[in-house]
Amino acid sequence: MQIDTTAEADMMTEPKKRNASSVLTRLKSYVNHPGSGILALLTGLAALATFALLFFLIGYILVKGVPYLTADLFSLEYTSENVSLVPSLINTLTMTVVSLLIAAPLGIFAAIYLVEYAKKGSRLVNMIRITAETLSGIPSIVYGLFGMLFFVTTLKWGMSLLSGAFTMVIMVLPLIMRTSEEALKSVPDSYREASFGLGAGKLRTIFSIVLPSAVPGILAGVILAIGRVIGETAALIYTAGTVAAVPDSLMGSGRTLALHMYVLSSEGLHMNQASATAVVILAFVLVINALSGMAAKRIAKG
Amino acid sequence: MNHIKEKGMKCIFMIAACTSVLAVFLICVFLFASGVPAMGKIGPIEFLFGEVWRPSNDKFGILPMIVASIYVTGGAILFGVPIALFTSVFMARYCPKKIYKPLKAGIELMAGVPSIVYGFFGLILLVPLIRDTFGGRGSSMLAASLLLGMMILPTIIGVTESAIRSVPESYYEGSLALGATKERSIFFVVLPAAKSGILAGVVLGIGRAIGETMAVVMVAGNQPRMPVGILEGVRTMTANIVTEMGYASGLHREALIATAVVLFVFILIINLSLSLLNRRAENAN
Repeated sequence: MQIDTTAEADMMTEPKKRNASSVLTRLKSYVNHPGSGILALLTGLAALATFALLFFLIGYILVKGVPYLTADLFSLEYTSENVSLVPSLINTLTMTVVSLLIAAPLGIFAAIYLVEYAKKGSRLVNMIRITAETLSGIPSIVYGLFGMLFFVTTLKWGMSLLSGAFTMVIMVLPLIMRTSEEALKSVPDSYREASFGLGAGKLRTIFSIVLPSAVPGILAGVILAIGRVIGETAALIYTAGTVAAVPDSLMGSGRTLALHMYVLSSEGLHMNQASATAVVILAFVLVINALSGMAAKRIAKG
Repeated sequence: MNHIKEKGMKCIFMIAACTSVLAVFLICVFLFASGVPAMGKIGPIEFLFGEVWRPSNDKFGILPMIVASIYVTGGAILFGVPIALFTSVFMARYCPKKIYKPLKAGIELMAGVPSIVYGFFGLILLVPLIRDTFGGRGSSMLAASLLLGMMILPTIIGVTESAIRSVPESYYEGSLALGATKERSIFFVVLPAAKSGILAGVVLGIGRAIGETMAVVMVAGNQPRMPVGILEGVRTMTANIVTEMGYASGLHREALIATAVVLFVFILIINLSLSLLNRRAENAN
C-alpha cells in the first residue's frame, strides 16, 4: 500500500507530455548511445516476458480445464470413476474457516501488542520480530513435517482437518501479523490522542477507534491468508491426509482442493479433471486477489 | 474493574504476540529431537556426504539431494533474476502511469498462484516441451529450474522495485544533469545505490526456490542420484521428504526428518543473511 502511494508520487514528477516528438528524440539518442538502446530494449523485453508468462499460465490452464468443468465433477459423492471435487471443496472451506478463526484474532492481537503496548526495541519485541520473520521463511513442507510430528503424533489428533488447520494457523500467522501491524501503524496518532483526551481508556481506544480505522488493511492481510490456505498442498499431505470425502467431524481426515488436484495429477489417470480443479483453484485465487486489492485500495483512500 | 480488564487484555495481547516465539521454539525442538539422533545413528558424515540413498539397504546419503537443491535453485536464479531485475526497472522507471496498476495487480496475482498450479502447468506444458525439443524424459533439472525461475519472479520483482523506488530522485536527476542517458542513469547510478535491497530480493527468491516442494516434485523427475546433466531427473531435499514420507517408518522416517533439519538450517542461514541485508539497506537510506 505504501509502495503504491510513492509510485504515484514518482509518476507525478515524470514529464507529463509523452508525445510523438519526445519518443522520436529518445529513439534518436539511442542511435548515438547504442548501449542505452540495448538496455532499454532488454527492459521492455523482460517486462513483456514476465507478463506474457502470466497470461500464458492462466490462459493455458483455462483452455485445458474449462471444457472439463462438467456437472459430474460437482456431484456430491467422490467415486473412483467420477472424481468429484465437491468433498474437497467443502473440506477446503472448513479448513479455511477453522484456521482463520484461530489465526486472525491471534495475529491481530499480536499486532496490537506490538504497535500499541510494547516498548520499541525491547528484548521481547525483538524476539517476536525475529521469530515472525523466521516463520515466514520456513518452507511449507517443513510446516507439514512439524504438524505431523506435533499435532498428528504427539497430541494424537491423527491425520485430521484439525491438525491441518492448526498447521495452517502457524503458517499464515506471520502474514496476518505483519499486515495488521502495518495497518495499525498507519492509523494517525491524533486519533488515539483525541480518544484519550475524551477520557476513553486504552482498551476502548483500541477497540472503538484504532481497530475500525485499520480494518481495510487487516482485511487485506486476512484475505491473502485465505489464499495461502486454499493453495497449500505440501503442509497438508501429512497433516490433513488425502481421504476424498467430507469427514464427520474435524477429527477426521479429508483432502482440500489443492491436495485433490495433486493426488489426481500424480495418479495420472484423471489429468483432465485435474485441469478442471486447477481452474476452480485459479478462480478462487483471482477472486481473492481482487478482494484483497479492493480492501487495500480503501485504506489508501483513508 | 476497568483496571483489571485493561491489565487482563494487555496480558492476552502479549500472549498472542508470543505465539510466534512458541511456534519457532516448538518447530526447532520437534524437528531437531527427531532428526538429529537419526543423523547420529547413520553417522553425520555418511548422512551429509553419502552419495547413495537406498532406504531398503539402510543407505541414507543425502548429498545427491543437497546438490540437486543447490543446482535447481542456481538454475532458477540464472533464469529468474535477470528477467526480474529488468522487469522491476520497467515497473519503477518506464511503466506508463495508465497501465501501472493492472500490471502491478498482475504481479501480485502471479505471487498468489499456488505452487500446485505452477507445478501442474510445468507438468502438462513444460515437461512435454522439453521432451520434444531436447529429448530425454522431460522431467528434468532444466524443467525444475525454468519453473522455479518463473515462480520466484514476483517475489524478486516486488522487493527490487521498492528498492529502486527508495533511491533518492536526486541521484537520477544528478546523473541526467551530467549528460548521461536515461538508461545509463538508471543502470549505473540508481541500481548500484539500491544494491542491498536488490540483493535482499534475490536472497528472498533463493529461499523460496530452495523450499519449494510441490512444483519441483511434479517436474524434476525425482531420481535420488547425483545430478548427471540438465536433461536428467534429480530429486531435491523437499521432494525427497514429500515423496517418501507417506510410507516411511523407523530409521527411514527419521532420516527424512533429518533431511528437513538440513533444509531448515539452509533456510535459517538464508534468513540470517536476509535480515543482515535488510539492515544494510535501511542504514543506506
